[in-house]
Amino acid sequence: MPEFILSILSIFPDWLQVVLASLIKIIAIVAPLMLAVAYLTFAERKIIGYMQIRVGPNRVGPRGWLQPIADAFKLLLKEIVVPARSNKYLFVLAPILAIGPSLAAWAVIPFSDTLVLSDIDASLLYILAMTSMGVYGIIIAGWASNSKYAFLSAMRAAAQIVAYEIAMGFALVGVLMAAGSLNLGAIVNAQAGGLFSWYWLPLLPLFVVYFISGVAETNRAPFDVAEGESEIVAGFHVEYSGMTFAVFFLAEYANMILIAMLTALMFLGGWMSPLGFWSDVPLLGDGIHWLLLKTSAMLFFFLWFRATFPRYRYDQIMRLGWKVFIPVTLIWIVVMGVAMFLTPWGHLFH
Amino acid sequence: MTFEQLAFYFFASVAILAAAMVVTVRNPVRAALFLILTFFAVACIWMMLEAEFLAIVLILVYVGAVMVLFLFVVMMLDIDFDQLREGFAETLPIGATVAVLVLLQLVIVLTSGPFELEQVAAPVPAAADYGNTHQLGLLIYTYYVYPFELAAVMLVLAMIAAIVLTLRDRTGTRSQKPHEQTQVKRKDRVRLVKMNAEKKN
Repeated sequence: MPEFILSILSIFPDWLQVVLASLIKIIAIVAPLMLAVAYLTFAERKIIGYMQIRVGPNRVGPRGWLQPIADAFKLLLKEIVVPARSNKYLFVLAPILAIGPSLAAWAVIPFSDTLVLSDIDASLLYILAMTSMGVYGIIIAGWASNSKYAFLSAMRAAAQIVAYEIAMGFALVGVLMAAGSLNLGAIVNAQAGGLFSWYWLPLLPLFVVYFISGVAETNRAPFDVAEGESEIVAGFHVEYSGMTFAVFFLAEYANMILIAMLTALMFLGGWMSPLGFWSDVPLLGDGIHWLLLKTSAMLFFFLWFRATFPRYRYDQIMRLGWKVFIPVTLIWIVVMGVAMFLTPWGHLFH
Repeated sequence: MTFEQLAFYFFASVAILAAAMVVTVRNPVRAALFLILTFFAVACIWMMLEAEFLAIVLILVYVGAVMVLFLFVVMMLDIDFDQLREGFAETLPIGATVAVLVLLQLVIVLTSGPFELEQVAAPVPAAADYGNTHQLGLLIYTYYVYPFELAAVMLVLAMIAAIVLTLRDRTGTRSQKPHEQTQVKRKDRVRLVKMNAEKKN
């Protein structure tokens, strides 16, 4: 933390210093994240626009750059309509439950070797636990709205997320077998040595399964049956308006960025430079810019998928999750275990 | 009162209140949500005991998966609350007796012999770099390897039993067979018909 902030903090009593320092760190993570979410929506509309040979939003501000700000103000100023026969407390609680875990997960993300809010030992497990809780926002929203479409969507989301979480968890088991640690920083450091030491190569099946499961877990196209507008209007958030809707939106995009960053951390070497021998050169060497670059690249895939693939049919989603991804991850874990402990090729996975 | 004590009493009282709400609240969906809150408070207490692996796994497994399926089922049920309350007066004496008995047993066990507070020394706080997960793994796969494997076998057995008990061979269902769909050739689906050009009358 910079010197001048520390000197300002030193006028407070000790316990308050800790609280204030943590608060400042949390704001330093959440504020850029919210800005990234706003501009991710803009990037999404622009990129999909160009893919469909349109220009996308270009009216507000220079070249449309102020569009997300205008959207945010529009949502802030709109009325929040609570349906008459809904469950009012749970209706308001649902968006909070959606955004809470998706922000809490950021507490353990290491942005570089030293830049991490909470460097806990079991950070991978913590992230799994937090992301698995995001589904409550959707389920409770669907149930509390007292609407058929919202409820159908909640049921779909619950079944889908439970199915893909298992595949996701098993993919992470492979990562922690290779790294020998549950700590995200240690996982990145285990991948030191350049492009071909990163885990995307030895764990290629797990990398693919993890990222596609991540797309399914965040309810993004082509797995967005929970809000399939052609069948169930808008799914779980059909009754939500104004700020309550915006909070769901924020949670979805924050989760997308989280999944992209986790993929970059666990399979693409995190903040490591792709040229291992240049790790000390400024700009080309290791640093937070590499992590952000890799995250942006993975986010581009999210948007590209949405522009390319038609929506999966529901039974096909279930089949892909249970009958394809889970067996693939299980087999690869067994292959890794056998290779590491019974054959001389174990070093390939380290 | 130190911060730890304050946090413990906070989480403990949340856990007890939420657990009480689980059994008293009328709406089953709200009861399930209070159960989730109970799990959460208990996980926080475990976290304070430096058992971070168990605490996170409790949230991951029970809050993240089991309760999701539980809510899934409870939301699908169409429960008539009047019917639920009908037998309350008749079953109250039995329930109260069981509750009092359990409470008595707990008090007797906890106030006698080895479970008394003086018998169990407070654990020594671990160093900052102590990894609960690593230690637990070491113990499970060395000292407790047989009970652990036995538990795993029992879980697999229960899982297979659940599948076998609910598996029914139904005929006449119109499910999809993806392996047949992907193996379809052009000649199975497309028929080329050669016909002469028709004349306009």
